[in-house]
Amino acid sequence: MTQEATGLGDATYAELREIAARYPEARSGLLPMLHLVQSVEGRVTPEGIEACADILGLSTADVSGVATFYTMYKRRPVGDYHVGVCTNTLCAVMGGDAIFERLKEHLDVGNDETTADGKVTLEHVECNAACDYAPVMMVNWEFMDNMTPQSATQLVDDLREGKEVRSTRGPRIATWREIERVLAGFPDDRVDEGPGAGPASLVGLEIAREQGWTAPAGEASGTTGSPADSAAESAALADTGRAESETRQEEGHDDA
Amino acid sequence: MPDTLTPVLTSDWAEDQSWKLATYERGGGYRALRKALAMAPDDIITAVKDSGLRGRGGAGFPTGMKWGFIPQDNPKPKYLVVNADESEPGTCKDIPLMMATPHTLVEGAIISSFAIRANTAFIYVRGEVVHVIRRVQAAVAEAYAAGHLGKDIHGSGYDLDVVVHAGAGAYICGEETALLEGLEGRRGQPRLRPPFPAVAGLYASPTVINNVESIASVPSIIGNGADWFASMGTEKSKGFGIFSLSGHVAKPGQYEAPLGITLRTLIELAGGMRQGHELKFWTPGGSSTPILTGEHLDVPLDFEAVGAAGSMLGTRALQIFDDTTCVVRAVLRWTEFYKHESCGKCTPCREGTWWLVQTLTNLEKGVGREEDLDILLDQCDNILGRAFCALGDGATSPISSSIQYFRNEYLQHLSEGGCPFDPVASTLFAVEGVR
Amino acid sequence: MTTSEISKTDLVTLTIDGVQVSVPAGTLIIRAAEQVGVQIPRFCDHPLLDPVGACRQCLVDVPDAGNGRPMPKPQASCTIPVAEGMVVNTQATSEVADKAQQGIMEFLLINHPLDCPVCDKGGECPLQNQAMSNGRGESRFAGSGGVKRTFPKPINISAQVLLDRERCVLCARCTRFSEQIAGDPFIAMVERGALQQVGIYEKEPFESYFAGNTIQICPVGALTSADYRFRSRPFDLVSTPSVAEHDACGAAIRVDHRRGQVMRRLSGNDPEVNEEWITDKDRFAFGYLRTDDRLSYPQIREDGELRPASWPEAFAVAARGLASAGSVGVLPGGRLTAEDAYAYSTFARVALGTNDVDFRSRPLSQEEADFLAAEVVLRQGATYADLEAATSVLLVGLEPEEEAGTIFLRLRKANRGRRTRVWSVAPFTSNGLRKTGGTLIAAKPGAEADVVAGLAHRTDIELDSASVILVGERMATSPGTLTAVARLARTSGAKLAWVPRRAGDRGALEAGCLPTLLPGGRPVTDPTARVDAATAWGVAGLPDQPGRDADAIVAAAASGALGGLVVGGVDPDDTADPAAFRAALEAAHFVVALEQRETDVTRVADVVFPVAPVTDKPGTFVTWEGRPREFDAVFVNPHALPDARVLAGIAEELGRPLGFRTSAEAHARMVEMGPWDGDRATLPDAPTVASTPGESDGLVSLATWKLMLDNGSMQDGEKYLRATARTPVCRVSLTTARALGAMVTLEGDRGSITLPVEVTDDLADDVVWVPANSTGHGVLADLASPGSGVRLKGADQ
Repeated sequence: MTQEATGLGDATYAELREIAARYPEARSGLLPMLHLVQSVEGRVTPEGIEACADILGLSTADVSGVATFYTMYKRRPVGDYHVGVCTNTLCAVMGGDAIFERLKEHLDVGNDETTADGKVTLEHVECNAACDYAPVMMVNWEFMDNMTPQSATQLVDDLREGKEVRSTRGPRIATWREIERVLAGFPDDRVDEGPGAGPASLVGLEIAREQGWTAPAGEASGTTGSPADSAAESAALADTGRAESETRQEEGHDDA
Repeated sequence: MPDTLTPVLTSDWAEDQSWKLATYERGGGYRALRKALAMAPDDIITAVKDSGLRGRGGAGFPTGMKWGFIPQDNPKPKYLVVNADESEPGTCKDIPLMMATPHTLVEGAIISSFAIRANTAFIYVRGEVVHVIRRVQAAVAEAYAAGHLGKDIHGSGYDLDVVVHAGAGAYICGEETALLEGLEGRRGQPRLRPPFPAVAGLYASPTVINNVESIASVPSIIGNGADWFASMGTEKSKGFGIFSLSGHVAKPGQYEAPLGITLRTLIELAGGMRQGHELKFWTPGGSSTPILTGEHLDVPLDFEAVGAAGSMLGTRALQIFDDTTCVVRAVLRWTEFYKHESCGKCTPCREGTWWLVQTLTNLEKGVGREEDLDILLDQCDNILGRAFCALGDGATSPISSSIQYFRNEYLQHLSEGGCPFDPVASTLFAVEGVR
Repeated sequence: MTTSEISKTDLVTLTIDGVQVSVPAGTLIIRAAEQVGVQIPRFCDHPLLDPVGACRQCLVDVPDAGNGRPMPKPQASCTIPVAEGMVVNTQATSEVADKAQQGIMEFLLINHPLDCPVCDKGGECPLQNQAMSNGRGESRFAGSGGVKRTFPKPINISAQVLLDRERCVLCARCTRFSEQIAGDPFIAMVERGALQQVGIYEKEPFESYFAGNTIQICPVGALTSADYRFRSRPFDLVSTPSVAEHDACGAAIRVDHRRGQVMRRLSGNDPEVNEEWITDKDRFAFGYLRTDDRLSYPQIREDGELRPASWPEAFAVAARGLASAGSVGVLPGGRLTAEDAYAYSTFARVALGTNDVDFRSRPLSQEEADFLAAEVVLRQGATYADLEAATSVLLVGLEPEEEAGTIFLRLRKANRGRRTRVWSVAPFTSNGLRKTGGTLIAAKPGAEADVVAGLAHRTDIELDSASVILVGERMATSPGTLTAVARLARTSGAKLAWVPRRAGDRGALEAGCLPTLLPGGRPVTDPTARVDAATAWGVAGLPDQPGRDADAIVAAAASGALGGLVVGGVDPDDTADPAAFRAALEAAHFVVALEQRETDVTRVADVVFPVAPVTDKPGTFVTWEGRPREFDAVFVNPHALPDARVLAGIAEELGRPLGFRTSAEAHARMVEMGPWDGDRATLPDAPTVASTPGESDGLVSLATWKLMLDNGSMQDGEKYLRATARTPVCRVSLTTARALGAMVTLEGDRGSITLPVEVTDDLADDVVWVPANSTGHGVLADLASPGSGVRLKGADQ
């Protein structure tokens, strides 16, 4: 197949090839390549699908099958800010449903729709692994923790007005396209912004410190990394009555 | 007897710039790597076996045994794949770990790869957490710069490349073979097993897939010894784990403790239930684990005891719901999640979740008959153990368990012609009287 | 491995529903169950596709996995191989299995439209049948007010194939076929979960030459053809097994017909030949049987015009005309059954007393005739099974995907399964070659002989007794190539087979429709062979000199040396020089045409006989392997007679009867004569090699072959099929393309054609490729002879 002229440009073609080259087998690059397409085109465009198919030697139907499987790939243009409201059970119960309803009203859009000014795309999202901060919102996939209907409306107003908005435990919010570029494996300069952990992540650690609780002293005396005397020693000390279950468990979700 | 809480993985989360290599090394980071590189790979596998570490991604398969399945006489390259696709509802431990101390994971990945003799490792991070991805990308870059990664690591002759791979939104990719499909640039639909990934995984080569927390636990095991790890926890569930409390407790958050701690203790540490309310139901390990109730407060949270109580330890994702929560609404929402995330490959999961949602939607609205509960249970029976992978099984857990414990609440919806609960009462901002 | 090769030690014994059965190791439970007479319901399972375990319909209970332990939950019997001592309980004996299956069936039906009364599949639908046998009578889903998933009704995924997503059960047979078997993944699963569906990419329709197979293996009515949609009910159809007439592969087909009309064709199941797959041409191209130009009565020319005639009158007029024409040449064409070919062969020798007979209605050479006599006739050089088992396959001048679809599929299977290495001596790497994992051995048109000769010295190409060389009929005109191929086969020990394009070519060769060969491979020049044949035919003697080949017959007719021609199904535009062929027809004093339809031949013929198409007569096609495949008549049609019967009628009027009239009688005579067991001809060591065309004068050499779907007259009347044909393009190298622009005009000694340019990476700068019969009257008539020099011009310049 010949390389078609697309809106993607030579630089993007080169970056798409660069992504494919990160992997032992080029096809592995497809997911990040589609992220890059979104960062350039604002969605997964036909040109993007054709470019990926061309570079990876796949049929366009195959690429289309992948692009329609994953929910982060969008077929309609996304606003500058993708605003996600977690409405999975825990967040929904803790207020996510109310927040989502309020935002739909406030922005006058439905689920997966973009405001008339093209700024905000609202979507309810599934569990984003921040349940201890429920109810949680995501703005361009940055955490916005412990939201309320008021703080949510304030947030989207600020975004639409172009004010600088920061993640509650992360960096300044970039645009959706800029974020898609990071997901494609081209880092931006925001990694050192925001804390290491938010308050809820630290509650257990703080209690342990207050109580003086620690893990038992190990060969590395307290921290995770000091060298032990010898591997033989640790083997000798190993608990032979260990819990190596002979029962082979059914492999469940996440992994085993 | 170890202390109630045992911060190991979480111990450095509060450090200033905890994600930086310098911070990590100041706290002793990468010493375990140097120790490991001096060991025979098989001895590392033995140490992990001896530690009793069981997979922290939910299923609890012994990690060292999994590594031992890799056929070292297979001439193909070996791969380590870190499952950082944390998406199980309620589960929120790997994400803060990678954000706060990504080097724990990177060091663990290097040691684990060395043990199984992989020269390429992948960290498959779900795409919806961009700041976490930044931190992991940066940690990998720092590790290369410091010589922890790349060619001839610290003069050991061992080469390793780590690729950080962002997913694109699919819960099913937490299932290890679906993850491999995603990592190969395909639709994330689970693969037929056998062959198992240990024999033919990524690129049909021997592959170990481990959860973030499992891999992050490896440096401490190598650094402190298998017996140190095994001195914590219970007889068959060794070591520590991160317990994630969310929902209607005073102080939701991460609590790292030896396996076997009870929910009663955890809720006490978390400042008790929300003021003025009582525990109604909870999940021990995410939405795919059958719900439990107040009668299970003293069940030791380890693989065996939770299993004996009729549920699963899963990911220790303790979602706590108080008496303001409608169980039918909660279950419907989870079921909608499974429907949304069903990959579509097999009939019972794809069609079953489609049907379950309809039945539950009606029930929540108070539409239906008591027999519908039996049909619902029969649908679950026709999905559980019939689906291609565990997603379908997981979809049935909340339904079957909630009918077991709260059948009357379902019937109440029917008799009252609707939901008897006020959704505002269960919100975080209920006290504010907002809306 | 064939069944007979399986020794006892390879057998595994297990118990299914209480019955012990021994099956080969590796057998899946679902197929082992068939051995004890238990049909486990299934949708996604297909014996020729990789197991997927997706539909879950075939769940069974396994109380003992063979290790004494039960499997914890019902297992998909389509994915689990048998194990020694295993115990399996199916729905027949296990409540668990039965409930599991009922549950799956219920799930499959909740979103199914249940529109069986208007569905093409109704009456032959696995979903319908298994819902009756393994489902429940009432829908609990509908009973509880369930809302079905709906989609807009069928969408075209190609001009020919329609997809009804509501009916689809997502078994992925179609997508797996396209990816695994055809290598054309233009359909894929798209979307996710309950919205998952089969889809195409908007700009790339499902234009696979094998697309129709997905319709046949679809276990529901989700995939239908534009051709057959709403046309009949399975229970109104009568099915007759037959053999496909569109290529030399001999694929088994099933002809479904109603009231004298073919309604559709399906693939038959011939494990030794086409397994269960056929090309779309074999499936959909039968409209030529019912075109308006079908001949339905004999005609004779009177005062310059053709007029209807009775059969006896036509026989008499034809006999008189041929008798008075002096010498007569016979051009039977390559689409005949072996019986009809035998009739032409017999007619030439017995009735006309000539060896001027040649089935080759396309470019040919003396070298080819020598090669066929020495290396091909009577030999089964290689088989499909040999291809599948081969370590390597060398293709010379053969593009299987376009010219022999069944070979293509077998090569793909071999490459995918056994990693068979495929090499192709061709001008460029075709998509078809890519799909068989093949590697190009670049050769310019006309230079194949040198390339083939050079292979003996290449260490990267290993040919041995487990290898197969397939050489295409196009190599007839590449001087020295057939000789070089034969030599390579001898020195390497590789099996050798010649692959013609037409269904009747190999049978005609065996029947002696060559100027140098009598039936059964008897050399004309061998006196014993002549005596043998003459005895069988009951004649005193036979002409002892080789006759004229087709080119010479044409030349002789043009020059007046031949006064008469008997022409079978020959399209002038297929011949080496279409203008010369037409001139010969004009010049000949007397022409007898035997045709199914009105053609350029019938328009100038003196007597025209309507002959029966394959549906209307029994016969035999001999595959490229040399394997006979017999078929019966589908219809009894009085309007046309088999060629053999027509020739017998003329011969009787000539007073020299053939000794048979019917196809069955011709078959019996042919069998009686049998194969020649004497010395066979040997291939001359040094063939006469014509000089290759010059390259210095700005000409590029012309490579060409026919695409599977093109302007061929046997695809007439099939608008949907034709719409899925590949767009004709002119292939040139990148360098050439840069100089030409988007459109190119090719100028040859016979005319010019203009086509869009497609850059083809590994094509040499001085070679151009165009499809042989996708534009106008085709390359031979409109442009130049293959291998000759043509001039390229940018069409925009």
